[in-house]
Amino acid sequence: MSTTTPEAPATVGDSRVNPVKAMLKSDRPYTVFAALIVLVVFFSVLSPVFFSAANFANIGRQTTLVTIMAVGMTFVIISAEIDLSVASILKLSGVCAALFMQNFGENWVLGAVVGLAVGTFIGLINGLLTTRLGIPSFLVTLGMLGVAKGLAFVITDTAPVLIDNTAFFKVFYEGTILGLPIPIIWTAAVLTIGGVLLHFTTFGRKVYATGGNAVAARYSGINTSRVKIYCFMLSGLLAGVASLIFAAQAHAARPDFADGLELDVIAAVILGGTSLFGGRGTIIGTFIGSLIIGVLNNGLVIIGVSSSWQIAVKGLIIILAVAFSARKR
Amino acid sequence: MTDPASHPSPGAPLLSLRGVNKSFGAVQVLRDVDLDVYLGQVTALVGDNGAGKSTLIKGVAGIHAFDGGEFLFEGHPVKVTGPKQANDLGIEVVYQDLALCDNLDVVHNMFLGREMKRGITLDETTMEQRARETLSGLSVRTLKSVRQTVASLSGGQRQTVAIARAVLWNSKLVILDEPTAALGVAQTEQVLALVRRLADKGLAVILISHNMNDVFQVADNIAALYLGQMAAQVKAADVSHGQVVELITAGRSGDLGIQKAVVTA
Repeated sequence: MSTTTPEAPATVGDSRVNPVKAMLKSDRPYTVFAALIVLVVFFSVLSPVFFSAANFANIGRQTTLVTIMAVGMTFVIISAEIDLSVASILKLSGVCAALFMQNFGENWVLGAVVGLAVGTFIGLINGLLTTRLGIPSFLVTLGMLGVAKGLAFVITDTAPVLIDNTAFFKVFYEGTILGLPIPIIWTAAVLTIGGVLLHFTTFGRKVYATGGNAVAARYSGINTSRVKIYCFMLSGLLAGVASLIFAAQAHAARPDFADGLELDVIAAVILGGTSLFGGRGTIIGTFIGSLIIGVLNNGLVIIGVSSSWQIAVKGLIIILAVAFSARKR
Repeated sequence: MTDPASHPSPGAPLLSLRGVNKSFGAVQVLRDVDLDVYLGQVTALVGDNGAGKSTLIKGVAGIHAFDGGEFLFEGHPVKVTGPKQANDLGIEVVYQDLALCDNLDVVHNMFLGREMKRGITLDETTMEQRARETLSGLSVRTLKSVRQTVASLSGGQRQTVAIARAVLWNSKLVILDEPTAALGVAQTEQVLALVRRLADKGLAVILISHNMNDVFQVADNIAALYLGQMAAQVKAADVSHGQVVELITAGRSGDLGIQKAVVTA
């Protein structure tokens, strides 16, 4: 056997690691970012109103709910599962928080905690059903979509639950920090924490391993079921956060709001380069993906596309984007 | 490269199995199996499909604990009921399907499940450093970068990464499940050289293989399983190709192996 090869070089490979660079390189936020720029230019050319600071702040606010939920969805999808119930969790968490505030002395902190706890708990149920019973999460969360939505209608008797609490409104929607609207602060916080958790912690690495090769992950001592349960809980928790922001915006929690919002959330995540098969994706990509959804929603209104057409156009653009990214891979 | 016969007498075995059993439901896969594995030696584990090779190593690795029998490690009886316990003892397994995550890079895979941290975040710099040192220590020079994803590696390179992961942890026993099964000629040579190097560095190595050429090229010891029983464990230098094949296919070869219970009519 030939082992007469010359002396080995001292090291293997020279790339000094830069975690941020590695994260950016690991998927293709650049192409998604280019798509975002193209859309912004397109709408700016068609309408003078679109390209303005005020409108961008609008887009930021309108995108808040999708972005926050998309961060949780990114974890779920990278772990090779899916959560179709986020919009229903948003409804149920919101009305639970609002009802609690209405009936228990308007304590907004406790109300918010109740909303978040409900969201997290439904996430836990989703995770347990998926991992313990081995039912595909597509079906579990499709069922949960109905269960949570139905419960939200039942406990509110289908009526909006009004909230009258200035502090709550301030904390979740109407306040500003350093001149920035508070929903944007919440979005930035969720993106930052989500990004650190996914890209720079052991847990994040376990999520990638679980979605990439569950057998390898298990052989390496990773409890993949627990990882998936945590991902569903995070998704539920963030749907709860979104529900509080929406309730503060509307001064009420409404069981009839947010139908179909899960599609925007999933579209944002997929547009952002996260693989539906698991194992791949970034928080930055998800952020850009949800900005694309936001720009589309906003731009189509501004250039005067009828709302019926908006739905079709949005769907078409999503198909094109995903087809493009699938071809590139 | 190294002549197995020139190895010094190995002393007490690192791992000793005595009379281990394993059943899945009504099927008894392992029956009273004995096995001795020595530091600095490659012990080839051979046997036909279904002979129980994979079950035996999964028992050692803690994936499916044995039902009964003695499990001695460094002379002490131990209980191994999970992968973590096996790892803590210094037992590492390189699985046939490699158990690598294609979506992660070489460093991430080598530290999978045992990432190093600084505070609450991952310590990428130190992990990359240690990954490089380990690969260099094994004279691996076929990898361009430790930051490539495993998906981009060739079969031989993937095997190399899997083996490097196994030795990263000051492991004492490395178990390789058919490491050359999916490889071409040149890559097989590279991997076998690496296997021999592990033993020469003083590790105990169990090599599962179907390929007699591989076995005789690197093994010091050969343990042959036949229908869930240990037919024989012999020195590679003491047996021929043909004898090993007989042990695998019939469970016995001349005086070696399971002697027939007298059923001569």
